[in-house]
Amino acid sequence: MNELYIIIAGSMVAISCGLLGCYLILRKMAMVGDAISHAVLPGIVIAFLLAGNRDSITMLLGAGLIGVFTTFLIEFLHRKGNLQSDASIGVTFTWLFALGVILISVYAGQVDLDQDCVLYGEIAYVPLDLWILRDGTNLGPRTLYVLSFVLLFVLIFIAVGYKELFLTTFDPAYAAAIGISATLWHYLLMGAVSFTTVAAFESVGAILVVALLIAPPATAYLLTDDLKKMLMITAGLGVVISTFGYYLAASIDASIAGAMSTVAGLLFALVFLFSPSHGLIFKTRTRNAIASSRATTD
Amino acid sequence: MNELFTFLSFEDPNTRYVVTGTVLLAISSAIVGSFTFLKKKALVGDAVAHAVLPGVCLAFILSGNKNPVYLVVGAFITGWLSLVIIDQIVAHSRIKEDTAIGLILSVFFGLGIMLMTTIQRSGNAAQSGLDSFLFGKAAALVGTDVIVFSTISILLLIVVFLFFKELTLIAFDEDFAKSIGFPVRRLELVLTTLTVMAVVIGIQAVGVVLMAAMLITPAAAARFWTDRLKVMLLLAALFGAVAGISGAFVSYTAPAMPTGPWIVMIISVIAMVSFFFAPSKGILYKMVRQRRIQKTIRDENILKLFYQLGEAEGDYLRPRSKQELVERRELAKGQLNAGLSRLKRHGFLKFHNGQWQLTPEGKNKGQRTIKLHRLWELYLTQYLRIAPDHVHDDAETIEHIITPELESKLEKLLEYPDVDPHMSKIPYQS
Amino acid sequence: MIQQVDNPVLEVHDLTVSYDKKPVLWGIDLTIPKGSLVGIIGPNGAGKSTLIKSIMGLIPLGSGYTELFGASLDQVRNKVSYVPQRGSVDWDFPASVRDVVLMGRYGKLGLFRRPKKADHEAAMTALGQVSMELYVNRQISQLSGGQQQRVFLARALAQQADIYFLDEPFAGVDAATEEAIITLLRKMSEEGKTVIVVHHDLQSVETYFNWVIMLNTRLVASGPTSEVFNQRLLQETYGGKLTLLSEVGNLLKKGQFPNRETAP
Repeated sequence: MNELYIIIAGSMVAISCGLLGCYLILRKMAMVGDAISHAVLPGIVIAFLLAGNRDSITMLLGAGLIGVFTTFLIEFLHRKGNLQSDASIGVTFTWLFALGVILISVYAGQVDLDQDCVLYGEIAYVPLDLWILRDGTNLGPRTLYVLSFVLLFVLIFIAVGYKELFLTTFDPAYAAAIGISATLWHYLLMGAVSFTTVAAFESVGAILVVALLIAPPATAYLLTDDLKKMLMITAGLGVVISTFGYYLAASIDASIAGAMSTVAGLLFALVFLFSPSHGLIFKTRTRNAIASSRATTD
Repeated sequence: MNELFTFLSFEDPNTRYVVTGTVLLAISSAIVGSFTFLKKKALVGDAVAHAVLPGVCLAFILSGNKNPVYLVVGAFITGWLSLVIIDQIVAHSRIKEDTAIGLILSVFFGLGIMLMTTIQRSGNAAQSGLDSFLFGKAAALVGTDVIVFSTISILLLIVVFLFFKELTLIAFDEDFAKSIGFPVRRLELVLTTLTVMAVVIGIQAVGVVLMAAMLITPAAAARFWTDRLKVMLLLAALFGAVAGISGAFVSYTAPAMPTGPWIVMIISVIAMVSFFFAPSKGILYKMVRQRRIQKTIRDENILKLFYQLGEAEGDYLRPRSKQELVERRELAKGQLNAGLSRLKRHGFLKFHNGQWQLTPEGKNKGQRTIKLHRLWELYLTQYLRIAPDHVHDDAETIEHIITPELESKLEKLLEYPDVDPHMSKIPYQS
Repeated sequence: MIQQVDNPVLEVHDLTVSYDKKPVLWGIDLTIPKGSLVGIIGPNGAGKSTLIKSIMGLIPLGSGYTELFGASLDQVRNKVSYVPQRGSVDWDFPASVRDVVLMGRYGKLGLFRRPKKADHEAAMTALGQVSMELYVNRQISQLSGGQQQRVFLARALAQQADIYFLDEPFAGVDAATEEAIITLLRKMSEEGKTVIVVHHDLQSVETYFNWVIMLNTRLVASGPTSEVFNQRLLQETYGGKLTLLSEVGNLLKKGQFPNRETAP
């Protein structure tokens, strides 16, 4: 039963992150996702200090705000300060992450977080933290409820804003021209990424969130030419990664989050080499086919 | 405070080691980082930094001990491999560079964490301290480590010195470098190798997670102070060194504190100060200059107003009340008062009996502004074919910025015209 | 030679647009009559794309305003369509031809609502107009340059607007596509739609357009092709920048002066 809890929790984290990650990589903002997932750390610590525990909504809100602030700061330094954007990302997230780690060390006694948790989370402890009602009814692991809520939130966000996310990602200038604000949707997406990162943080740690944000969508991107399918494949990969990651970790007694990232990387490698449409091996063949079809239609 | 003095006196040979080591590491990563920064490949360093972790762990698993030479070799191999894979992914699939960097960074790091946790749980006693690679531990630098890493740092600096011209060129303009027959690919290989080496030794002090800051942040900060490459490199090195010393100090006084984050915090504060306060490029500096410009514009407008009122009456030097000024042109009260007293201080206006009066200098300045306004209006109608009723707003700005050289060019081009498009006389200084 | 018209569909009034404080368009005043097929010409860096981007509200204006159908853009967005440069988007994007053309309907749909049958029909009609119906399910990464341009045009057509702005629609397309596009544009103009095209090839200006806007940072000419497309004005348009104007522009940039005193 414990195995199943962990695998379900892992899958939900991987699906939530992966779905948003699809939009990040298509917007060429993968590294901004990386930056946000690092930068929420001080938000988490500060919210923790204020609220006194990690279950509260304060934490999600506080850290979510820091995430949006990060995006804002990156753009501010880039636009107002003329700092090139890659450097702007690098400077901003390392600074905020350093701040987070320092806060953890300074308040080591008051904050129930340590550096290990920051790096690779505590998904193994998911089954231990149970939600038990006053009359003794056991409702199962608390984390699963939080993660279900996050997954639901991500699904609703994408379902409601599908058209707008699609258009502002593909062609922001055209979106603006027909009256859909690219800036608004940019910040909404960044808000959603921050929120999800914070929730996922506890399970897989700040850095490995990045693997789940980027690797499954990148893999799916090599398998399909259709955004809807890309989202679905990403979700499927999330379950596979979680399952295999768990058993890999169990077999060598290692961090589950680390193993999940490793599996995610392996899956990408396989697809990169063998994808029927975009894999390295078959690519030359496809390219020839396209070239001949173009020749006949033009 | 005493601690600081003891620390800075370097009485303890161990402190000497640690400080020398950290400073050298920080300087070499700052200098190498400056080139990757200028090549706009700043985040590649981040990927390398994360990717060395599995190398360190594999080296430990294979060798069974923490000999720095093995660990450096392991780190070097996976660091290098990560760059090769990123290049391959970008070259052979439709995955874009930022995605490839993020992917490799996180997957390699995840692999590293997996290996590290499995080592830790295997009960091998020799492993303790391996996790200091995560956030760095300057104080852990002792004896042989310092010698190994310092040698590599100095070697890096020598290579940069030897290839200075070439690295500058490929960072600045790769295509041009190629066109004049530079072996660009091989030079890039040199830069890549330097980056990987800088990361491999830098992680001793800062740790893999925040190593990127040691490459990017000093360079970004230095860039705000200068446009000259050599000065930029020196500044970056200096900033790196300051952060390095501070890090060593933290390690010395509070061994429980992670060194890396403190070094990064200090270098980041230096960077933020640079971004906001550096002269000419700093964000705040730019804002202050904007305000100063606004003030000059307002002052010139007040003098112009005096001149216009004088023009209408044929008496430029008559004392006038504030009321008169405001009736002719809307001006915010506070701004008008501030402007008037500023102009008085500079000798353009005189004040007595509650009335303001132009000085001859003030009249000249007002007259020049009016002249430029009318010349520019004429220029716009003649050369840009803009309708006479649309040129006023533009001239309102341009009148304040035209330099004396442009002024004479404008006069010559328009052949010293007498009147502007609205038939107002253009007042030349006699 | 700047010809103004009464009751214009497009009016650009005293427009100045700057990048980093340096004006790239300087004091543009022009009006366009309904139903024109307009070519915007000028050398590289003359501000051709900037002009239509600022009309579409994609870049902040330094001064002046633009009006479409006598109203501000926000009031008439449904009647205005825009075709960005083909190179401005990532054609590896996981989308089908149908997805892209349907985007033309998004403006009318609003939040929450998904495209309905009528929208799909409008999209198919638009694809038919550019002879691309057969490609409706094709992924956009598998299109040639000319086909990509047709899909972009179909997306604009699906908007069923009254005025169309096209940014270099003929850049890098095959001859057949160019022919097909211009035929379609002519037909649209005959139906009373106004079509404004950023154009590079001087050879075809006289045959393609009945109105020409000649730009080089400042407006050199705007009027019927037969009246303004002549050697003298071309010379002026392509004969280099006005040195004094660009020196003043550089001063504005160097001093980071706002283009208008009152500007923030």
